[in-house]
Amino acid sequence: MSQLSTKHLLGIKNITENDVQLILDTAASFKEVINRPIKKVPSLRDITIANIFFENSTRTRLSFELAEKRLSADVVNFSSSNSSVKKGETLVDTVNNILAMKVDMVVMRHASPGAPHFLSRNVKANIVNAGDGTHEHPTQALLDAFSIKEKFGDVAGKKVAIIGDILHSRVALSNIFCLQKLGAEVMVCGPITLLPKHIKSLGVQVELDVKKALQWCDVANVLRIQLERQQIKYFPSLREYSLYYGINKKLLSELDKEIVIMHPGPINRGVELNSDVADSDQAIILDQVENGVAVRMAVLYLLAGARN
Amino acid sequence: MQKRLVLDEGQIQIILRRFCHQLIENHDNFDNTVLLGLQPRGPIVLDKIVKLLQEIAGVKVPSGYLDATFHRDDFRRRDFPLKANETKIDFLVEGKKVILVDDVLYKGRSVRAAMDAMIAFGRPQKVELMVLVDRKLTRDYPIMPDYFGTKVHTLESQYVVVEWAEQGYEKDAIWLTEKVKL
Repeated sequence: MSQLSTKHLLGIKNITENDVQLILDTAASFKEVINRPIKKVPSLRDITIANIFFENSTRTRLSFELAEKRLSADVVNFSSSNSSVKKGETLVDTVNNILAMKVDMVVMRHASPGAPHFLSRNVKANIVNAGDGTHEHPTQALLDAFSIKEKFGDVAGKKVAIIGDILHSRVALSNIFCLQKLGAEVMVCGPITLLPKHIKSLGVQVELDVKKALQWCDVANVLRIQLERQQIKYFPSLREYSLYYGINKKLLSELDKEIVIMHPGPINRGVELNSDVADSDQAIILDQVENGVAVRMAVLYLLAGARN
Repeated sequence: MQKRLVLDEGQIQIILRRFCHQLIENHDNFDNTVLLGLQPRGPIVLDKIVKLLQEIAGVKVPSGYLDATFHRDDFRRRDFPLKANETKIDFLVEGKKVILVDDVLYKGRSVRAAMDAMIAFGRPQKVELMVLVDRKLTRDYPIMPDYFGTKVHTLESQYVVVEWAEQGYEKDAIWLTEKVKL
């Protein structure tokens, strides 16, 4: 089948393995497209997409915008800092007003978990979740899976350790769902205060010692410490976090194998990842960014493709 | 209607050889010519032509596969989007003579999309179209083949089915059948 089982991409949890595979296969075609001399295809030329960002973003917003433009869609951007949201307008009203201007799809980032799900029930447009609070960030998980597949040929059977602030990370949750659907083994690693209490119920392994986690895995997906979401202190200091959980060349050279390092960005250099690792050949961080555009093109293409 | 044979194995071979000789006649030593097979079924014909040209003229003509899925004009007009195939072109077509190769020419819409997709790889000097079967009087766009194997009269309700031995069929053959109602 070349059709997604859903009209919206709200999270990885509720889509099927076939959906994930279809998105990854389609993304491979788009990766070829974005490496052509002319990187644009006309598929979405009659579609208008609104990028609605209620939270800060650089990579994701640029990546979505590039994906949309390379598919020839018309794009409108909106960020909450200079909008009527500040005047007290509700989310549904804001979006319905945008849709009244004949917008077909909405890409939304919001600080509240479940905001895109709420929106999908209340407005008539395809909704793509570009991150909802600490809940899910599906396109990041898809591009991470795509990057692993590109590096190793397959995701099934690979061991992936997600290291860092799991508690506040939407990337972690989406990655766990996505990798497990594709048959990978997943471990989470971080200070006990930054691991959700019932994380084991998702079928992942839990490890507190970063050396053991690195020794176990084929791929380490290193996450940022999300200080903006931490109202209380979860660890004594960034320096101490870096000493216990920061990944540096010395740590990697002590392993008896070469593992692949991923990071969804933005990197806090010297905290969770040292420059000697982030800039090394082991890191595929910039490949992830390139693949992000291809994966987002695939998601938009497949969601927009059904007869309306 | 029964399934009717359009071309058998021997006839297909004769046509492929004729194509090669026509190409040699028109393109001399092929120093500025490239061949592009239109996905999904053109590459099979293309590979045969490339192999035969090497046998007959001793030249290895640069060739690639072109997928036009993202350039089609029926996006959002089907129930679901078509799945893309691989595009594999490791050269630019800028200033080249391009021969597009496909198995069946029907409405001409795929060829239009393919020409659109091809432009992403440069501005060709000249474009020619080669098809095994030209379905007469069914065109939606003003597109005609430069090289064709055979012309057939067909109805909208009919399919031209191309079977290749390498795809697991008993032998190469091209049939005319009624569309099966699903």
